[in-house]
Amino acid sequence: GCLAGSGESGPRPPRLSVLRRDQDIYIPTLRKLFNESHGIFVGLQRSEEELAGKARKAQLVQVSKNYRSVIRACMEDMHHTAISTRDAALQSQYSTQVSILSAMELIWNLCEILFVEAATAGSLLLRLLDWVRLHVCDVDNMAREVLSSENPSKHELFWNVVDIFVLQGRMDEAGHLLSKEASANPASVNMYRILDDLMKKMPLPTLGNTQTLTEMELKWQHWHEECQRYLQDGTFASNSHMESICKILLGDEDAILEKKELMTTWYHFLVTRLLYSHPTVKPTELRMDLFLGGESSPEPLDTILMAAFEFEMHQVIKECSIALSNWWFVAHLTDLLDHCKLLQSHNLYFGSNMREFLLLEYASGLFSHHSLWQLGVDYFDHCPEYGRAYLELHLERIPLNTEQKALKVLRICEQRQMNEQVRSICKIMAMKALRNNRLGSALSWSIRAKDAAFATLISDRFLKDYCERGCFSDLDLIDNLGPSMLLSDRLTFLGKYREFHRLYGEKRFAEAAKLLLMLMTAHIAPSSFWMTLLTDALPLLEQKEVIFSAEQTYEVMRCLEDLTAGKSGKQKFQDDDEETMKVEMLRLALARNLARAIVKEGTLEGS
Amino acid sequence: QDNRVSVWSAGDAGSAGLGGECQGEPQLLCDIRHHGDVMDMQFLDQERIVVASSTGTVTVFRHHQNNQTLSANQRWEKAHYHVDQNTSYGGAACTGVICNNPEIVTVGEDGRINHFRADQKDAVRTIDNADSSTLHAVTFLRTTEILTVNSIGQLKIWDLREQRNEPSQIFSLTGDRVPLHCVDRHPNQQHIVATGGQDGMLSVWDIRQGTIPVSLLNAHEAEMWEVHFHPSNPDHLFTCSEDGSLWHWDTSTDTSEKPSFLHQGGSGTTDLSHNTINQPVVSAWLSNDPTRDRMEITNLIPHQTLSVNSLDILGPCLVYGTDAEAIYVNRQLFA
Repeated sequence: GCLAGSGESGPRPPRLSVLRRDQDIYIPTLRKLFNESHGIFVGLQRSEEELAGKARKAQLVQVSKNYRSVIRACMEDMHHTAISTRDAALQSQYSTQVSILSAMELIWNLCEILFVEAATAGSLLLRLLDWVRLHVCDVDNMAREVLSSENPSKHELFWNVVDIFVLQGRMDEAGHLLSKEASANPASVNMYRILDDLMKKMPLPTLGNTQTLTEMELKWQHWHEECQRYLQDGTFASNSHMESICKILLGDEDAILEKKELMTTWYHFLVTRLLYSHPTVKPTELRMDLFLGGESSPEPLDTILMAAFEFEMHQVIKECSIALSNWWFVAHLTDLLDHCKLLQSHNLYFGSNMREFLLLEYASGLFSHHSLWQLGVDYFDHCPEYGRAYLELHLERIPLNTEQKALKVLRICEQRQMNEQVRSICKIMAMKALRNNRLGSALSWSIRAKDAAFATLISDRFLKDYCERGCFSDLDLIDNLGPSMLLSDRLTFLGKYREFHRLYGEKRFAEAAKLLLMLMTAHIAPSSFWMTLLTDALPLLEQKEVIFSAEQTYEVMRCLEDLTAGKSGKQKFQDDDEETMKVEMLRLALARNLARAIVKEGTLEGS
Repeated sequence: QDNRVSVWSAGDAGSAGLGGECQGEPQLLCDIRHHGDVMDMQFLDQERIVVASSTGTVTVFRHHQNNQTLSANQRWEKAHYHVDQNTSYGGAACTGVICNNPEIVTVGEDGRINHFRADQKDAVRTIDNADSSTLHAVTFLRTTEILTVNSIGQLKIWDLREQRNEPSQIFSLTGDRVPLHCVDRHPNQQHIVATGGQDGMLSVWDIRQGTIPVSLLNAHEAEMWEVHFHPSNPDHLFTCSEDGSLWHWDTSTDTSEKPSFLHQGGSGTTDLSHNTINQPVVSAWLSNDPTRDRMEITNLIPHQTLSVNSLDILGPCLVYGTDAEAIYVNRQLFA
């Protein structure tokens, strides 16, 4: 974290702002969430846009389910870690995380039903029932406890479990439990049979096209009347539990409200009431049934869910952004909703739309992590307006502590034609290598960036070493430059100069001489080196046999004169004796060679 | 940073189910903190693992199988380093390690080659400035000779018995001196060497002849991080890359003409040298005739996203790890 303080002068007291880094990315179990969801995100961006209608919707629902299963997997891991750790503080932190993840999955699931799948009347209720069953109250554990006891129907939780099953529309399971009561209490067998029959006969919307909604409504009306008759006849009068169940079946609000403790949440109540009073509810009708039942101050989760039921997508996203500590949830959900074509461009003040804004925030958060930044790259790639700019800025700030990391960053830049970043990174790595005296590495980086200027720098370094020590270092590099020699003139010179030395060492004097001459006349040698080159010609001039032809000798003389003429008069006085002596020796040698060459060339063959 | 070296159990060897890749998820048995990035690691023997770190340290960990723990057994600090410590990201990474119990050879970004011996504190031999560029990988050619690859496209043979600090032979790529990142030697025919480059190209070399590769195969679209011959079925080669793919190169042909080098099923024997060295048949890897020996290449990753950094194979089992922080185990490679 960091602190920022304002100045001390002035009447206002100094203010300190504490900025905290996003801590969530450092929780180990959440990393799985980030990594796996990245794969899903990228898959979604690349998925077939040509698929239309039902196929596309099915695809998007699958993506949504994938996201949710990743959240669940994370929840399980986190739960395992929570129960296995001994540190109390850590345990409470993990438990909090588990409940946050659970809430996230709850919200996402509801959004999937209402927005992604856009369930219509009929299937809407079924989906909502599934949703409630999955998320609300731990009834299965209780049921197991009751069933495994000796006298299930006498268990204190027995009727609670039966009630919850009924409230969640799980008729078969409720019936199964009730049969225990029937076998334990023969007097109630009759009642049980009737109630069980009613429960099993209850018309429910079906998936697929087996019945229309009107058919279903008609059946439901008849069934409702039948239940009403049994209730009014007093069939269940002797058993208050069964009677209340029958009332619930009839959608009696008071009866349902009585079981408030069992349902624990208002949305459970909402779905139950819909199940028993309006199973063919349409999505648009949901908002009319909302009320919190006396809650004075809603929790953030409640506000979010309510906004969802009211189909206020933007509100949902806004509330989630406020309530959750990192951007993961809203970024991915908004992206999915955008792919469902549900979000109109909601212009924020800097002009980008909401999806992009959230993705940018999320990805920027990833970049502050030493290894999750790689995920962030793909997110930026799919932000058409500012993604590239953000990416460029972030990539430049990744610490390059190993060459392998630098290579990965480079590859990312090259794939996106971010040439400036490529040059900049290669230069940084090359400079580091140079400082560490790893000339081969430095050259390798300059080749990657095609950085001629740096290649020249490295070559100068080599040449300087040669002048100081009289021999080349790193021959394995210079002897094997290959085509990279052409990257810069200086580098070419270095390579060729070394070749000259090799040729001389192998006593291939004619070739060596030719190469030397070429080096002198091609003007790729640095000016500081001209004298050295000319001095290198001396041993060739003083060989027994004539190596330089007359023509070549003239060339060398010209080079020498160019060099000496270039020096000002003043300089000539300041030249040390060694210099002048060298020049004199050269002139002499050249003259002698010229003489011999002319003679040799003038003589006929056979001399 | 919280880097760890971990040991996982990938399920029973005997519980091979029908089809499918994994029978259950790999289970974490134990792990231990590691200072710096793990750049390379190898088993020294059944219990000890040598790990190369980005800090330049080489550590030998011991895996105690009775109580499933890991402990640091031996450590060579600053096995690799740069002379000038003023650079902000001090230290030179150790980029590669190879073991042949008890010999351990490491190479690094400092161009240095270290020859260690397990349980011996001081290095047996260190070749400073063996290379003017970064050495990316090392492998044993023979018991006393090693192969190294560097970032100026050179493959070098070093004889550890010789006292001079020069390689005994240098091979280099033709054309651009693209950095080479990985190297592996054919398990049975020791003159066949494969290397992978920064441009994703797979090069096969015959080190008995010439100084340039025998064949260049255009493979991946980005750095090839690792190349491995299958230890018991060397007609099969595996490469993985920054581009997120893992390729299986299969040069085994129909059994009609050539003797089969494949051993069907089971955990095969590893040493076939007595069988194959005298074979007159030229290995498919060195063949120049593309029509005679067809090579089948398969990408083993259906949905690729991030880089595959490392892989290993043993018998029918393939393991690889990606930058998406995932490890994949395929236990039915030849099914």
